[in-house]
Amino acid sequence: MTSGGGAAAKRLTQALLVPVAVLALWEGLSRAGFINPLILPSPTNVALRWWGYLSPLKPYDAAEGPYLTWLVSGELLHDAAASLTRVFVGFLLGGGLGLGLGLLMGVSNTVYRLMNPLVQILRPIPPIAYIPLAILWFGLGNPPAFFLISLGAFFPILLNTIAGVRNVDAIYVRAARNLGAGGLVMFRRVILPAAAPHILTGIRVGYGVSFIVVIVAEMIAVNSGLGYRILEAREFFWPDKILAGMITIGVIGLGIDTALNRLSSHLLRWHRSLESS
Amino acid sequence: MSAPASPQILAEGVDKTFRSPDGQEVVALHGIDLAVTAGEFVCLLGPSGCGKSTLLNAIAGFSLPTAGTLLANGRPVTEPGPDRAMVFQEYALFPWMTVAKNIAFGLEIRGEARETIDRKVTELLDLLTLTEFANRFPKDLSGGMRQRVAIARVLALDAPILLMDEPFGALDALTRRNLQDEVLRIWTEFGKTILFVTHGIEESIYLADRVVVMTYRPGTVKAIVPVTLPRPRDTASPEFNALKRRLTALVMEEQRRHEEDEARTR
Repeated sequence: MTSGGGAAAKRLTQALLVPVAVLALWEGLSRAGFINPLILPSPTNVALRWWGYLSPLKPYDAAEGPYLTWLVSGELLHDAAASLTRVFVGFLLGGGLGLGLGLLMGVSNTVYRLMNPLVQILRPIPPIAYIPLAILWFGLGNPPAFFLISLGAFFPILLNTIAGVRNVDAIYVRAARNLGAGGLVMFRRVILPAAAPHILTGIRVGYGVSFIVVIVAEMIAVNSGLGYRILEAREFFWPDKILAGMITIGVIGLGIDTALNRLSSHLLRWHRSLESS
Repeated sequence: MSAPASPQILAEGVDKTFRSPDGQEVVALHGIDLAVTAGEFVCLLGPSGCGKSTLLNAIAGFSLPTAGTLLANGRPVTEPGPDRAMVFQEYALFPWMTVAKNIAFGLEIRGEARETIDRKVTELLDLLTLTEFANRFPKDLSGGMRQRVAIARVLALDAPILLMDEPFGALDALTRRNLQDEVLRIWTEFGKTILFVTHGIEESIYLADRVVVMTYRPGTVKAIVPVTLPRPRDTASPEFNALKRRLTALVMEEQRRHEEDEARTR
């Protein structure tokens, strides 16, 4: 027990060593005046700014509403909620379509042969390249953002789902047929779970791309969200706020990826070689 | 003399021709005649490439013969079905299902009532001493355990015919003997008809009522050797060894043809 605790403490120390050293160096150089705060503000300034970004804008006034509402009225939470809502809607749209088409293309050779050329032509175009078209088609606001984020989620999920379904080991299909399975039962209880490791990889990659695209879309098409806020901060020459926003984006991204990783480990707990994050 | 019962498996003039990837015709099976009576334990023995697995797959309905007649349970074989349950060498357990779920799968497809399924699964777990592994996934089991699950899975369906494709090929010798005894016990207890593919000479003599020796490409029936030794069979007895000598000579002729052929194509 003691040795286990000691090993854990050692690992934690090793993990923190470099980040803490970098922060300390950065802070030290800033205080010594070697770094221009308009180029790179010190860590403490960024932290204070982050706290201000998180805190409510006005002092609490009971006449305006309940305490909890006031507590979450800060800019950061609104921006995070706006960004997450966009990712969520876009991811559901694009991921759902990608999963559906991927399953069809995986199961049916005819659909695969009909659709694959188009997919291969469109696949290498980065979602960012659709921005002018998105604005032309949907104007400004949420619709072009949803469109771009859906595109980001669509292709990784589509391609992984196709690969997953088409690579289902034939032995499972034979065993299931031998036991009397066919049609929908075969699809739901054999093909789908056998393809699940690939599909879940697609979902994680697709989410990652969606999260990149939401920040870019917010810099261009809308007036809220984390991406909009860091661009706005640049216009006011607030580098500390830019960094505070970037850190927020990083923390949220890490949080969602960890959650997806946990979910995938749980769903694939039967799998022989669990991929670790 | 009463009229002989119609055989449980009947092959008459069965041919199977494949086209290999380079376009050549490969005759895997030629003119196979074989009748397996109900309750009989028959081993198909031969070197790799003799078509023994091809014949088994044809009876299972996975790949139908190109010529000839193939009947199982009195009906022509047209597709796979749970009346001819198959145990694969690679186990073919569904890794995403627990042991209990794997065993229940066929019964669920058949639409049995929940209580029937649960009762049957409990019985089979007990029969194959798997009870404590009921909620484990296949990845947590040894090869021998996995093959027990595969056997329980096909027994659940009460198929009159069990088709076994080198089921113990990947197991160590002691585990293999253990499972051979298990299969014999199940065969005696449930009166199944078993067609068992192997390249193990000793395994075939230990298990079978009749050993069907097949020729290397094209696969034909080279000899059918009845084994009348009482069970449990003593693998060290003179009678056992006499049979072993005879079968070894038959199989090795085909093994040599197989090796010559390999040497030519290299």
